[in-house]
Amino acid sequence: MTASTAAQAAYIVAALLFIVSLAGLSKHETSRTGVVYGITGMTIALVATVVLASRSIAAGGLALLLVAMAIGATIGLWRARRVEMTGMPELIAMLHSFVGLAAVLVGWDGYYDVEAKGAAQTAVASDLLRIHHAEVFIGVFIGAVTFTGSIVAYGKLSARIKSAPLMLPGKNVLNVGALLAFVGLTAAFVAHPSLGLLIAVTALALALGWHLVASIGGGDMPVVVSMLNSYSGWAAAASGFLLDNNLLIVTGALVGSSGAYLSYIMCQAMNRSFLSVIAGGFGAVAPAGSETDYGEHHEITAPEAAKLLSTASSVIITPGYGMAVAQAQFPVAELTARLRERGVQVRFGIHPVAGRLPGHMNVLLAEARVPYDIVLEMDEINDDFASTTVVLVIGANDTVNPAALEDPGSPIAGMPVLRVWEAEHVIVFKRSMAAGYAGVQNPLFYRDNTQMLFGDAKERVQDILHAL
Amino acid sequence: MAQLIGVVRESTPGETRVAATPTTVRQLAALGYRVAVETDAGALSSFTDEAFAEAGADIAAKSSVWRSDVVLTVNPPSTEEIALLPPGAVLVSLISPALSPDLLAALAQRPITVLAMGAVPRISRAQSLDVLSSMANIAGYRAVIEAANVFGRFFTGQVTAAGKVPPAKVLVAGAGVAGLAAIGAAGSLGAVVRATDPRPEVADQVRSLGAEFLAVEVAEQQQSADGYAQATSADYDRRAAEIYAEQAAEVDIVITTALIPGRPAPKLLTPEDVASMRAGSVIVDMAAAQGGNVAGSVAGQVVRTANGVSIIGYTDLAGRLPAQASQLYGTNLVNLLKLLTPAKDGTLTLDWDDVVQRAITVVREGQLTWPPPPVAVSATPAAAASPAPAAAAASAKQPLSPGRRYAIVGLIAVALFLLTAFAPDQLIDNFTVFVLAIVVGYYVIGHVHHALHTPLMSVTNAISGIIVVGALLQIGHGNTTITVLSFVAILLASINIFGGFAVTRRMLSMFSKG
Repeated sequence: MTASTAAQAAYIVAALLFIVSLAGLSKHETSRTGVVYGITGMTIALVATVVLASRSIAAGGLALLLVAMAIGATIGLWRARRVEMTGMPELIAMLHSFVGLAAVLVGWDGYYDVEAKGAAQTAVASDLLRIHHAEVFIGVFIGAVTFTGSIVAYGKLSARIKSAPLMLPGKNVLNVGALLAFVGLTAAFVAHPSLGLLIAVTALALALGWHLVASIGGGDMPVVVSMLNSYSGWAAAASGFLLDNNLLIVTGALVGSSGAYLSYIMCQAMNRSFLSVIAGGFGAVAPAGSETDYGEHHEITAPEAAKLLSTASSVIITPGYGMAVAQAQFPVAELTARLRERGVQVRFGIHPVAGRLPGHMNVLLAEARVPYDIVLEMDEINDDFASTTVVLVIGANDTVNPAALEDPGSPIAGMPVLRVWEAEHVIVFKRSMAAGYAGVQNPLFYRDNTQMLFGDAKERVQDILHAL
Repeated sequence: MAQLIGVVRESTPGETRVAATPTTVRQLAALGYRVAVETDAGALSSFTDEAFAEAGADIAAKSSVWRSDVVLTVNPPSTEEIALLPPGAVLVSLISPALSPDLLAALAQRPITVLAMGAVPRISRAQSLDVLSSMANIAGYRAVIEAANVFGRFFTGQVTAAGKVPPAKVLVAGAGVAGLAAIGAAGSLGAVVRATDPRPEVADQVRSLGAEFLAVEVAEQQQSADGYAQATSADYDRRAAEIYAEQAAEVDIVITTALIPGRPAPKLLTPEDVASMRAGSVIVDMAAAQGGNVAGSVAGQVVRTANGVSIIGYTDLAGRLPAQASQLYGTNLVNLLKLLTPAKDGTLTLDWDDVVQRAITVVREGQLTWPPPPVAVSATPAAAASPAPAAAAASAKQPLSPGRRYAIVGLIAVALFLLTAFAPDQLIDNFTVFVLAIVVGYYVIGHVHHALHTPLMSVTNAISGIIVVGALLQIGHGNTTITVLSFVAILLASINIFGGFAVTRRMLSMFSKG
């Protein structure tokens, strides 16, 4: 056994532990052990790598290495402890950008280590040299796209950037053009590596990543975030090729394919074409329907809503992003507990794309200690609305829009939605009558069995709690 | 200058309602108007002058109330009352313009504007003004109460020490607003309720109130474009007559609500049907004023037939709940004035482009403006008219045919083969690992629970921090640039690893089973 084979063995063990970790995360019961496997795998991989690296570098280098890890660990743990559950999407987008940037840096390192030395380099066998050129280029490209894409996603999620899709003229041409330019640059770099080409491809990829995500509307952010997750995986895999490191390749491919599959599930949930979302196509769909007369909405006060709830036999709550914005998950959880004490059956119906991150609502409700077995998916609960007394729509809009099923001309036509309007009463918590993220008016609000409770969702839910 | 609204005491004999209540007076004042109420206007509906005065209204004599800028009444005014209206006044009244051409002509003699509450179009936006619906709602409820009053038995079934009481059986003909209100009221008293209606789409509404819908099954299906029922075909009538004949012999109480705008009421129960009913049964003919749905009904009276069936033909059912009817009518008027006073400045402004305002204005400054251009209501034709985009969308979503799928898979396989076959050994190794890991990733994630997507994502995030390995292997080999870049990369990736795992643990610790 040499140090190198020991490291390889450690990598294989780590890779397997990662797979077991992801598998464990598919169920609530096994999810915690899943994370433990993941952490173990990571520890093994890191220790093996540091030991391997320490054999060939000076003490100063080793100290630097440990200092960098310590700083990173401190920042990471600090952020993880402090982040609000409503701020999870932003945090995850931010973390993606770090992976992207790290991949760019590793690619540049690869360049300085091999290409910059010209004929003097000894690290790579001459027959593999051209492949190495291509790998540097691809790694930098994917990393840079992930980096700026994640930064823009972060900006949109934290409302630092306008969430409306950016509509540059000929944006598809721009995207395809950037890809073609990348292929051209790669060919040139493989033939004659130069710093100028590397800078050019980095700039190109940074611009492409920015444009890709900027032209996707805020409503599609769940897909974008999981797509960027996938990109960050591919970036890691590309670095693995570059360094001939199987652990990086395995992990990158795992993350890449799982992220892509997750985005695909989300797209299906929105009845959207996968390609059109990642190419920023959704915003381009036909303009919002003509001026339709939806009639008048009815208002309800919190005490009236409380009365309705206290006499109900079953209640379904369908939360959306608005609940996260208003931080209403705690009063909602208390309302749930109070109603359950009174013998009212309370359940939650979660649309797959509710919130700005896959599973966002579940995390918020879990934070407020809502038992997860009353939190159901759209498909599990959709047939039960007809036998429900009251549905509370808290900060959701497009995911409960009947136009998706009834109006073939609607921009969200065909998207599966929660059929809340089949219930006896629907109470919609909303700040105003403004349209949802998709910019589509919601005929639900004008239905006869729908009553609007205007105001901040958190305050209104608290008012109901007082009135109970 | 805020305009003055006058609320009159109804002069029609037997009228118990009033066009405003203390509650609605306050709402009118909130719109910026001054309100004058005629002495004793609310006497018959239990609203005293003191209550009106307390709500901010002036109590005034008849002559001064009729001289207000806006006059609210329940019944159409008499000839003398029309003469009292000052030029430029706006009269709001429960007029059915189609049924009273003479009245319209008389009103148009004067330079006034007349808004007919009986002409509110049946579109969703105008629901809050729809007096006919609110009155029909009350009348339907009251019809059941009147029937219960005359009916000599319980509505609800009971098992008592003194024997078993069967529930009353109620048939409601016509499931419009009045019919649905009657169904609800009869059902909540405990009766077994059945209902008929020529419009099949109301079946769900009937069932939602707990009643049984008796469908008249013929080829024809009625679709209403203006929200009201229309006359039916001969085929339909024959089948319906059979149902009524069957039901009449079986039920205890029949409430008929069938009305077709601008026509005499259709005859639903024949003399034979009435004769077949048991003694003590009750029929409430809510259409008695328009000629009646039942053979032998007399408007405004209770008739007792030879076989002991009571036929109630009251035409003032809504007025028999005066306080309630006044409150709803008054609220309808407040909603109308909200629409007419967009600035809330106490000045009434008519918007001629608004279909609702256009429809109810029957006289405008002395000009007869009835009938208005038609307003279509039903949403069904519009949806049916646009099947093209739906069809197009459907064809676009067809799955790939097996042939094309095989072709695509084949192409990918060939491409992969060529790529690998010409690659050097080291790349082949890497590639094998890469491809297999993709497949593993796909399957591992395939069954993940939806609720765990966020933790999953933060874990994959932490794992993709493994890129740190790359930087770790590059740092400290003498080249300063590489070392600096690696340092930054290690730092960033470490944030990812530690932050990602920590936040996942935090999230998962929150998930708990109830």
